[in-house]
Amino acid sequence: MKKKIITPLTDDAVKILKAGDSVLLTGYIYTARDAAHKRLIELLNEGKKLPFDINGQVIYYVGPTPAKEGMPIGSAGPTTSYRMDPYAPKLLEIGLKGMIGKGYRGDEVINAIKKYNGVYFAAIGGAAALTAKCVKSSELIAYEDLGAEAVRKLYVEDLPLIVVIDSHGNNYYEIGQREYLNSTK
Amino acid sequence: MMKEIHVSKIVETVKKLCIDANYYLNEDIKSSLFKAKEKETFPLAQNILDIILENAEIAKNENMPMCQDTGMAVVFLEIGQDVHIVGGSLEDAVNEGVRQGYNEGYLRKSVVGDPIERINTKDNTPAIIHYSIVTGDKLKITVASKGFGSENMSQLKMLKPADGIDGVKEFVLKVVKEAGPNPCPPIVVGIGIGGTFEKAAFLAKKALLRPVDVRNSNPYYAKLEEELLEKINSLGIGPQGFGGRTTALSVNVETYATHIAGLPVAVNINCHATRHAEAVL
Repeated sequence: MKKKIITPLTDDAVKILKAGDSVLLTGYIYTARDAAHKRLIELLNEGKKLPFDINGQVIYYVGPTPAKEGMPIGSAGPTTSYRMDPYAPKLLEIGLKGMIGKGYRGDEVINAIKKYNGVYFAAIGGAAALTAKCVKSSELIAYEDLGAEAVRKLYVEDLPLIVVIDSHGNNYYEIGQREYLNSTK
Repeated sequence: MMKEIHVSKIVETVKKLCIDANYYLNEDIKSSLFKAKEKETFPLAQNILDIILENAEIAKNENMPMCQDTGMAVVFLEIGQDVHIVGGSLEDAVNEGVRQGYNEGYLRKSVVGDPIERINTKDNTPAIIHYSIVTGDKLKITVASKGFGSENMSQLKMLKPADGIDGVKEFVLKVVKEAGPNPCPPIVVGIGIGGTFEKAAFLAKKALLRPVDVRNSNPYYAKLEEELLEKINSLGIGPQGFGGRTTALSVNVETYATHIAGLPVAVNINCHATRHAEAVL
């Protein structure tokens, strides 16, 4: 049974998510990857405001392909998350609740997830055409010059995700792989 | 007798190959995914393989890229020595084909002009072009769209001759283990053994062009490919790293002569899509 969750995420909604849960996410989310993260952190370091209110929000690590006419977006699967590790703890500290990507996270990110009650989701890497179907609208928010790396506000409906690292620091990459190996013994 | 090929033909071909490689999952991969699903015992792993296959169907039916990372265009040119290219520069023609393909195919422009300055070139050029001169009067063009989720997980090591085949195996398993979920498993593993520093890397890249159901023609290396695949699929990483058998679909090894002092090994990782398309002019 898949849990349905909506953004912005409340602390209570985050707390009940467990590593390994399959969820369907509905609501507004923001896209940002390498270059955008660099700029967001530079703004914070300069004491300036971010181009969107990050409180309770979810950032999707994605650089979509260009949208064809009449479509909100092109293919839109997750990019590898560890490249955002240098920036993620700071964003969690100021209110970011969720991150969507794929792949391992570093200890500093996992610690920040625990400390600030956040959650890390994985979308299915490579299933980008399928994911695009969940995106109902897309609006450019900042950094148009970055092209695919610009920050966009997406409205998604029932985006299928898996909770990888929950707010207690449980890591489904470890749990799932261990369970599989135990099942083969 | 020289055969003339006009650059406009090369532009058209490269353009089409860029689009085809990104929209259509190759048949060998598709049937390999089906077979992998049958052997998979873990429900989530089976489910993810289904999602990947469904995604390929959507991409094909709706003419859209399978993955948002439509890659850097790696173009292999096998140029017959009796071919004369006319009408302009070959390199310009390849880049123009990439430019048109990535624009008209709604593919993502993922190339920055300088690795430190990092300003997007906005047309996915320049391509990486590998030229080789062969006998005959044909021009074979292969476009491999290389995504960097998997490229970033690739490694090269200059082993000692004393490390031998066991050292090679150990290194390959280490690279795959460290990559874990990052390169979107199930992966295809290209391995180059021998040559020099750059030759090993080139061989590893080239190995990824071989269909996943074709083994190395040398029985020794065919056996190595099978053994490594079995070992990799015993690691437990599984589809997307959530646990399971299907960590890799294939291990493809290419080799070359090397120096008495060396044993270079390059491991180039590709995601399940392992996009490539080819044409012969």
